[in-house]
Amino acid sequence: MSKDTWPLYEVFIRSKSGLSHRHAGSVHAADDEMALNNARDTYTRRNEGVSIWVVRSDRIIASDPAETAAFFEPARDKVYRHPTFYEIPDEVENL
Amino acid sequence: MSDTATVAAYATRLGDNALILGQRMIERVAGGPELEEELANANFALDYIGQARMLYTYAGELEGRGRGEDDFAFRRAEHEYRSLLLVEQPNGHFGDAVMRQFLFEAFYVHLLDALTRCADEGLSTIAARAVKEIRYHLRHCSQWVVRLGDGTQESHDRVQGSLDRLWRYTGEMFSADELDDDIRAACNGPHLEIIEAEWRKEVTRILDHATLELPAEQWMASGGKEGRHTEHFGYLLAEMQSLQRTYPGASW
Repeated sequence: MSKDTWPLYEVFIRSKSGLSHRHAGSVHAADDEMALNNARDTYTRRNEGVSIWVVRSDRIIASDPAETAAFFEPARDKVYRHPTFYEIPDEVENL
Repeated sequence: MSDTATVAAYATRLGDNALILGQRMIERVAGGPELEEELANANFALDYIGQARMLYTYAGELEGRGRGEDDFAFRRAEHEYRSLLLVEQPNGHFGDAVMRQFLFEAFYVHLLDALTRCADEGLSTIAARAVKEIRYHLRHCSQWVVRLGDGTQESHDRVQGSLDRLWRYTGEMFSADELDDDIRAACNGPHLEIIEAEWRKEVTRILDHATLELPAEQWMASGGKEGRHTEHFGYLLAEMQSLQRTYPGASW
């Protein structure tokens, strides 16, 4: 059983209801079910989660680091896109 | 036997199964085929050790003679352990360990489930906690049985061999002895014939899925429940107890 025959999966954990899934890390697994098990055993041992997503790393479409300037810099000087003119009530959590 | 003594003896026997299988799984630590599987095995082993600790502590309290978990785990002789022959079988190759876990847990999960409904509050509380752990273990090892059985020709043949070798130790799980009868009478304990039917259904389903052949009706080994163990047990015990035997009363 060679390591390169087991694909890599990215693991996303939701730590509690109401929050979104966050990237936790990655695991090797031979199939989808095993990926879910491995993610559970590797990343939720200390009660970190209520929900897990796994997705094969090679299925993720990522932005190209070479295009960072074209992708992200135009947004940098457009402060008017930030909703900073609203008052957020103290009761609203996790925003 | 009084009801209290029955529950104490039954908790001890459950603890013995958990301890011995846990010890077998601990022997595999650092030998996993992948880091993730390694972690899973170590987690499972510790689940078992945790269950054994709860059960022994409870048995000691009921007994009222001042014995604690370590006395049960490390200071008894071979014939005092009443664990099933199945759980003491050597790890062998990965498929052997997976198959042993699967055959046992497909039984144990139903046993614990029945115990969550028994009238003894101590037992039912421990069972309620343990059954969640074992449901996950069973999911994990069932998937491995399918993966190996329905995998390559070699994995199929090897895990079929594991099944054939271990099958003779499965009958003991369902042959009720005096203690099984007593626990039913004392606190509405598990009905082994119902559990056997559920076990057979589940095992058949997974083995079918895994394209593995159910072994034929055959002679079944027994003795573990009365403390008569296979030759592997002494070695397991010697290693597990060596620290307490060398330094009696040592603690962390």
